[in-house]
Amino acid sequence: MADPVKLTINGQEIQAAPGTLVIDAAKQAGIEVPAFCYYEGLSLQAACRMCLVEIEKTPKLQTACTVPVAEGMVVRTETQQVHTARKYMLEYLLTNHPLDCPVCDKGGECELQDMTFRYGVGESRFTEEKVHTPEKQFSPVVFFDAPRCILCYRCVRICDEGMGVTALGVINRGVVSEIAPNKGDHLECDECGACIDICPVGALTSGAYRYKTRPWEMTHVGTICTHCADGCKTTLGTRNDQIIRGNNRDRSGINGEFLCIKGRYGFDFYDHPDRLQAPLVRRNGKLEEVSWSQALTAVASKFNEALGRSGSFGVIGSNHTTNEENFYLQKFAREVLKTNHIDHHRTGDVVTLLDALSGKQDKLATVADLYERQAILVIGADLATEHPLLSFQIRANYRHHKAHIYVVTPAAVREDKYATAKIRGRDYASLRDQLKAEPELVILFDDSVKGDDVRKLVEFGESLGIPVKYVPLVDYSNSRGAVDMGLTPELLPGYQISGQPGMHVHEMLDADLDVLWVIGANPFKGGGQRKARFLVVQDMFLTDTAQQADVVLPAASAYEKNGSVTNVTGEVQRLKRGINTMGAKPDLEIMGFIAREMGVAAALGPWVPDVVFEQIRKIVRGYQVPLPVVATGGAAQTMPLNGRIPVPGRPDLIRSDHNGLFDSGTLGRYSRVLHSVVESRSNRQ
Amino acid sequence: MYNEPSPLETRILSRRFGKPNSASIDTYLADDGYKAFLKASRMKPEEIIEEVKISNLRGRGGAGFPTGMKWSFVPRNSPKPKYIVVNADESEPGTCKDRLLMEYDPHQLIEGCLIAGLSVDAHAGYIYVRGEYRYLIDILDKALAEAYDKGWLGKNIQGSGFDFDLYTHTGAGAYECGEESALLESLEGKRGVPRIRPPFPAVVGAFQCPTILNNVETYCAVPAIIRDGGKAFADLGVPKAGGTKLTCLTGHINKPGVYELKLGFPVMKMIEEVGGGMRNGKKLKAFIPGGSSCPVLTAAECEGATMDYDSMASRKSMLGSGGVVVMDEDTCMVKVALRIIRFYAHESCGWCIPCREGTTWLRKLLTRFHQGQGTRSDIDLIGDVSRNMLGRTFCPLGDAASLPTTSIVEKFRHEFEDHLNGKPCPYEHAGQMVTV
Amino acid sequence: MTFSPQLEARFEKLLKIYPPGRQRSAMIPMLLYGQDEVGSVSDELIEEVAKRIGVTPLQVNEVLSYYSMLHRKPLGKHHVQVCTNISCLLTGGDKLWEQACEKLGIGHKEVSADGQISLEEVECIGACSWAPAIQVNYDFYHKVTPEQLDRLLDGLKKNV
Repeated sequence: MADPVKLTINGQEIQAAPGTLVIDAAKQAGIEVPAFCYYEGLSLQAACRMCLVEIEKTPKLQTACTVPVAEGMVVRTETQQVHTARKYMLEYLLTNHPLDCPVCDKGGECELQDMTFRYGVGESRFTEEKVHTPEKQFSPVVFFDAPRCILCYRCVRICDEGMGVTALGVINRGVVSEIAPNKGDHLECDECGACIDICPVGALTSGAYRYKTRPWEMTHVGTICTHCADGCKTTLGTRNDQIIRGNNRDRSGINGEFLCIKGRYGFDFYDHPDRLQAPLVRRNGKLEEVSWSQALTAVASKFNEALGRSGSFGVIGSNHTTNEENFYLQKFAREVLKTNHIDHHRTGDVVTLLDALSGKQDKLATVADLYERQAILVIGADLATEHPLLSFQIRANYRHHKAHIYVVTPAAVREDKYATAKIRGRDYASLRDQLKAEPELVILFDDSVKGDDVRKLVEFGESLGIPVKYVPLVDYSNSRGAVDMGLTPELLPGYQISGQPGMHVHEMLDADLDVLWVIGANPFKGGGQRKARFLVVQDMFLTDTAQQADVVLPAASAYEKNGSVTNVTGEVQRLKRGINTMGAKPDLEIMGFIAREMGVAAALGPWVPDVVFEQIRKIVRGYQVPLPVVATGGAAQTMPLNGRIPVPGRPDLIRSDHNGLFDSGTLGRYSRVLHSVVESRSNRQ
Repeated sequence: MYNEPSPLETRILSRRFGKPNSASIDTYLADDGYKAFLKASRMKPEEIIEEVKISNLRGRGGAGFPTGMKWSFVPRNSPKPKYIVVNADESEPGTCKDRLLMEYDPHQLIEGCLIAGLSVDAHAGYIYVRGEYRYLIDILDKALAEAYDKGWLGKNIQGSGFDFDLYTHTGAGAYECGEESALLESLEGKRGVPRIRPPFPAVVGAFQCPTILNNVETYCAVPAIIRDGGKAFADLGVPKAGGTKLTCLTGHINKPGVYELKLGFPVMKMIEEVGGGMRNGKKLKAFIPGGSSCPVLTAAECEGATMDYDSMASRKSMLGSGGVVVMDEDTCMVKVALRIIRFYAHESCGWCIPCREGTTWLRKLLTRFHQGQGTRSDIDLIGDVSRNMLGRTFCPLGDAASLPTTSIVEKFRHEFEDHLNGKPCPYEHAGQMVTV
Repeated sequence: MTFSPQLEARFEKLLKIYPPGRQRSAMIPMLLYGQDEVGSVSDELIEEVAKRIGVTPLQVNEVLSYYSMLHRKPLGKHHVQVCTNISCLLTGGDKLWEQACEKLGIGHKEVSADGQISLEEVECIGACSWAPAIQVNYDFYHKVTPEQLDRLLDGLKKNV
């Protein structure tokens, strides 16, 4: 790295890397230079003129956001001249800005308010008529109030540069310049809401949040989005056991500030009117609401009764439940129910990859790798819709580091735009020469590569002669954790061979079982008649499967419980309870209560997430992660690579749902926001 | 001819104005046309630039940056293609000279571009013509076609081994596109919003490549400089600014018109002798030396002033674009300030806050004031709101709006005060609006 | 969308004169020349230009709404543009403007009922030394007197 540049800011001697902008150098030295349009990672604007500073030997004030540091540069950010410039810049800004702060969603966390408080004048000399235009609704999610807009172009840039969507632009000129959506009067985009979050004022507001609360009335809880496998941190704003909004303005987590529509608005399934809030027991052929104790008794006595006569149990786990729940469940199944009929819906071939990579080190990429590594190969998936965070990372990598992106997909994808090479189909091998010339590579592949094809891919990757890392794409928030925790008949937690025969999901559905226990899954989705004599379902909703159950136990959503989940790149992160929904309980607690009711609780240990996590850290290979990292909301990569995993690959069981941006399995079906987007589009057609 | 020439003119660039078929290549060739190019094609690029430096030619668009120096900033050895771009977006209120240069003598402009191309190894150029000048695009296109026909454009021009293509490109109504980086954005099919500078167009210009970008008149001066030598051109002007300036006399003057005058021409002589004196024998009240962006001079300040960069700078104004506006004693300066700020508010691109909001605020404030609803504190406020833009905007448009307004408030404060007493406008009946 | 052969030829040339991959440069000329033929920058014209230069309609809209000569609504067959900027103001341009409004019974950026004449108060059109000036479509009229304006407008009305 080049030698640091020495400069002086406000008399303080500081050092900064060459190329650092004065505004960032100041920030590193703890000196705030205010700005609206400057936004780390996005292209420069120099439009808001708030960051004007004095630089010696330059006659005019300079924008700290465009001037790079130089050796011996002398900068002053707190002189009378600078203060005056800031003061009057804010006076200009407020001339046409409506002072409707008392009813503005942004009030209390508005950058214009904060700047005015810190740097502005107390009163305005502007007595003319303000420019006014009525508010517009761009989409079910996005509302735009033009008069509040200060034209910092952050929204335009995040949509274009960050998201690669370019759905927002600026029309007209001068004082009537206005942000405009791509379809004339409305938006057609990812509906990710990044434009809303990045807006420093209340110009862009969200349909989900607007006029619901004052920001200071909320409690902010950082947890992990429960939809896809990318594992984005989402900060829930909660009030009175309601989730009012999701965002990630503190840019914590592996996703920085990135969130898609699901992470930002797709939490709203939790208070859907169909949400189960009392246990149901089938009486006279009909499911009737009962108390928790009645329901637990019904389940426990049935379980004990079946156990007593060595009856057959089948257990189907979830892609959404926590590692603790999955671990506890498989322990419950194997140790208490004495069954190895345990499985879940597999969405990617993690097992074959780990086997093919056995004995190798440092082979699994993290989300951060997608931003940092110099070349990326995407096979199969349309990342922008199926794994929007991964797509975002790769886009940022291209933008900031000129990374080389290679795309091998059946159809056009967003990555095409900046791909070094794109191939329609599956022939990644034809990229061999180009890839060999790269210094390093990350390969992402979806369920179109499974079984022996994974081995071939690894063989290909390892023959390139460069460091290669892999990401086996999976669908859901804890798809990865479900395999890691042994929710398959062939593998125990940590990819230990179970050695016991066991049925897969479809076999269980067809088998003549005494008890089928389904937790957070919907195997009868779209049809199929249960064969099991007794069916217990734990879920949030009366799914196709739950409708056939004898007992339905209302489960808490991910936002209503603690625990940990492991994302698509094997990074384990903590869920933090944001709210409670009356009547529903976390699956771990439900299982614990069933165990207690059965009189077997002692054998399974406490059903406390932290305690179970400690067991996982001890027992599950790859999960010896540093506790402080996870406990403080960080992500720790699990490295389950060990010896061979000599189990028969079952590529036939692997099927990705290829959820797009606006669907997300059962959760998606109960999200009004996701629905409203789909509906508004079909209404326009 | 739009106006009779004046015997006081020094017609270098305008020497062919008014000649029959002056725009045709035959006329041009018969009158020393393209000789400078032939000479330049035998010179080294550095020699061409040196000659331009010697000429003391300064940019004629308004900013007055030394042209030779500007050309020398272009990295000749860059592997990227280089471009020549002509700023023919003449939009500065009071200015109508480039129009004549293109209408009467398009080949002089083409030759200037060719020489610029030789000096930096550029092989293509674009003439960005404001949309309103459609008829000039037709004239230029015809001239370009003639030049291609006769081998003065295209491949291996006149056996020199030098290739050069030149095209016209129309704007569509935006003053801001006269600012060089905004012009380049517009040339690339974008909103006419200026770019962050540095990098300057010499290094990163059209299509992200090194670019020479000059005003029409600047390019038009180049053939004479190469043909007759830089020194001859320099000697016409004043020590730090060589040559002549096409000056547009407008306003309350008897003989408005475009006249080519040596730099350093005395202002009062220009008004009295070239312009035939004040219309209707009225007294001079105010004077804009070079387009509405310049601070306004009072009659007293015009005494002893000459039309060159230093003289105007010493009076805290600018030579500007050559758009002289002469205002007589009956002119309402509040109305002038209002009209000027209306223009800048209309043309502000909206990119940066102070210009976007400041010009609009001033427009509203001055409109109200001129309608008789001003207060005494408004006078200071007008000055303040315009001063607060100065030097803080993204591009010079903010300064262009600030400077004239500030100068009018400072120098003609009593007229604002008169508006408070003689509501709405005490000058409205004074007959200043008599037409020619 | 179909255009006249002349316009097609112009478009074809425009798409050739910019460096490879820079066809977006043709946008503003295409819109202005297209408007001259179509009468306005219609939705159809936006789509067509966007398609030909490989940008989105939003990107075209961003650009066209910036330039004051590009109009989304159809103008009159005769678009009368009266300059009232400084040099014209000093020589009666604003009076001509009022006269034109009164005579045509329409205001700024309005079109006469028969759709034949439209009116616009414009910024400096570069005719300052021959002020006051008017442009009808692309034709300049210099040193216009009230009487000349009267006759001009009458002529335009008759020519309808």
